[in-house]
Amino acid sequence: MGFRQYKFGAAGVGLMLGFSMCITLFGPSNDFRSGVSTWVGLDKQLSLGRVIGFSYEDPTVSGDGKPVTVILDKDPKTGEAIDPPQRFYVYKAGTKFSPGVNHPELLGPGVEDLSLSIGKIKAADVSSGAVFTVSKGEFNGEEIDYIENVTATRGWSPEETLRAAGDENSRYVGKGKTIYISEGCWWCHTLLPEQTQDWQVFGAPPFLGDFNGEMPTAFGSDRKAPDLLHVAARNSSREWMEMHFFNPRLVQPNSIMPRFDYLWGKTDADGNTIDYAKWRAEYMAYLNGESIYPPEVPKPAPDSEVRALIDWILTSLK
Amino acid sequence: MLLKYLFAKNDEIPPGSATIFFGFSSIFWFVVGTGLGSFNAAKLAFPDWVTGTEMFAFGHMRQVHVLAVILGWISMAFGMTMMYMTPALGNTKLWSEKLGLWTVFLWNIGLSLGLLLLWLGFTSGREYNDLIWPIDLVVICGVLLPLGINVWMTIAHRKTQGIYITNWFFGACIFMVIVVFVVGQSPELFGLTGLTEAYLTFWFAHNVLGLWITPVAAAIAYYTIPKLTGNPLYSHRIAHLHFWAIIAFYSTPASHHLMSAPLPEWLKSFASVEGVLILIPAIAFVANILLTMKGKWSMFVENVETKFSITGVLLAIPLNMQGGFQQTRAINWYVHGTGWIVAHAHLALLGMSSFLEAAAVYFGLQQMLRRKLYSLTLANLHYWFFLVGFCIYWISMTIAGLIQGAGKIYEVPYIDVVVAEHPYMIARWVGGTMVFTGNVVWLYNMWMTAREGTLVPAGKYAHELAYER
Repeated sequence: MGFRQYKFGAAGVGLMLGFSMCITLFGPSNDFRSGVSTWVGLDKQLSLGRVIGFSYEDPTVSGDGKPVTVILDKDPKTGEAIDPPQRFYVYKAGTKFSPGVNHPELLGPGVEDLSLSIGKIKAADVSSGAVFTVSKGEFNGEEIDYIENVTATRGWSPEETLRAAGDENSRYVGKGKTIYISEGCWWCHTLLPEQTQDWQVFGAPPFLGDFNGEMPTAFGSDRKAPDLLHVAARNSSREWMEMHFFNPRLVQPNSIMPRFDYLWGKTDADGNTIDYAKWRAEYMAYLNGESIYPPEVPKPAPDSEVRALIDWILTSLK
Repeated sequence: MLLKYLFAKNDEIPPGSATIFFGFSSIFWFVVGTGLGSFNAAKLAFPDWVTGTEMFAFGHMRQVHVLAVILGWISMAFGMTMMYMTPALGNTKLWSEKLGLWTVFLWNIGLSLGLLLLWLGFTSGREYNDLIWPIDLVVICGVLLPLGINVWMTIAHRKTQGIYITNWFFGACIFMVIVVFVVGQSPELFGLTGLTEAYLTFWFAHNVLGLWITPVAAAIAYYTIPKLTGNPLYSHRIAHLHFWAIIAFYSTPASHHLMSAPLPEWLKSFASVEGVLILIPAIAFVANILLTMKGKWSMFVENVETKFSITGVLLAIPLNMQGGFQQTRAINWYVHGTGWIVAHAHLALLGMSSFLEAAAVYFGLQQMLRRKLYSLTLANLHYWFFLVGFCIYWISMTIAGLIQGAGKIYEVPYIDVVVAEHPYMIARWVGGTMVFTGNVVWLYNMWMTAREGTLVPAGKYAHELAYER
């Protein structure tokens, strides 16, 4: 020690690194902040909830504490028709709100103002729950989407909204994306059509405001399999999805996707125990040409993980 | 042994203990990491192999492979080299042997726990940053910070006037990787969302590579090559060009991983230009080391440590040529998201970096155990299994990537690309399995060295002794 040039050297490392970091960390944060939420961005954050992945409300990453998306064609309070049917995001009492509700500045200029003034999102309270929707409004002469707290504006309670929708109109989108994360689907599938060449096959790339409040974004970097951002626009068959998840080789003989039959759990939709060994034996017989048809894929139970996963795909990835 | 020393007085712990425990831990994690890699590769080639269980699904195991290799093998090998190179270059003792042993102890526990949780599906869902944030805090406070304190204090207590380039790298890179880990965790700790989260994920992923894995590996070569050959480093000044170029440019190109995301265009262009500048430190490094070999090139054939080290340096040439140019828009358009990138990542981690660390672990363990390597034949077997396996992997994945790129540009139905890639997926599995086999041989060889290697007399280097087997 005692040699001054090493002190200069250490300071030099700090200065140069600090300068580089200012450019790459503070520079872009200004651009990100100016992103105005689109309908896609608002729909995503309201249907996914606060955070996906390891968190206080969902430490086992199994999809607990997430909101439920319901699609309604009539008002549960007045019975008035809603045409076309609209999405509502039901946060039961205790379910944490999405980041944009807690921190409206994330929504971007305009969306923030309308969500606070007409949407009344600050009136929402976690301890009693709330129902949200995305509504259209006018800001500075332009039509924009904003978050509306339906509990405050129309008096809907989470319970009566869920009851009005029933299981057939409920979509477990938040839980579904959690399964996508915890099962590592994003190691092979991307959620990011490339700006330069994917338009024809995988559809339009996302916009700047499509991500506000989403966590994690799970773009994926290694595309061993097709991009999924608009997959439901290419194929919206629930039955195809079920067959494909149970054993991808049933619908695509050359697929290298793993089987996700374990997402069915122990019982099927009718409450019968699923006999996986028997299913595989019958499938092998089919592969060996001993039977003409493969065995039937069991119908997933309403609370199974695969149901939530398919809900997410068919609702969000359009 | 380890447990006994954890509560011993610092002076009673034999010097080199931390190095030895770090060394064997790193080889163990290398075996685990490459074994998982081989298993995963088999799943890509034969999707119905070990099927239908959640624990052995590809999506549960892929990230365990990546983090076992990065945080287990590579980073522990770095810890090992820091434990013996830093004091040797300062002509002093390690500041605290006890702290070093605690670091390796906490590191193994934390990593095992983190990987187990990850395997079970406890994830943050962020690439290379998948460990849940409590485990990340263990990595920062229990692993990186104690390692850094030991290295910084050893450098401060050195008995030499100058600081050799290796120690400049060690000291600065630990500081930078701590910063990178803290900033990289901020989305989880402070709830940052959206594009900020996406950008920070790849900011972290890029900087762990650019500010930790590749520069520390290069720093190791600045020590091993002069030490093995007996030649002084060709130019300390060129080495400083390498060092300062890394500090100035290489924390900035993160967004070249997200060229097709809606990030600001200025940021992408800036990252792309800064990314090409990697060629400056890369050429400085490779030229410096190869010129240091002057008159001693026979050692590349005759001495196994030099063989590993120079192979790593030579692999830095294609690594940086690819790395510098594949992230420009013109080429990124073709190769982004394909197997080409997978091949490039393995060229960096399994090729350049791992060869350099293997050389340093071979050298350092013999030095600290004061025992000559048990078997040259087994070491050569390890080398050739490692090199041939790696080359099969690298070449097959590069070809697969070019096929995928063409499929992407010409908008071929995706399943046809999967069919065309199949032979290369099998080749990748064969290559990965060869690397794994070589590493099992290495672990055996090192274990036998510790037990039965010829004792090295004081004042001699292990590589100066003749092999007896």
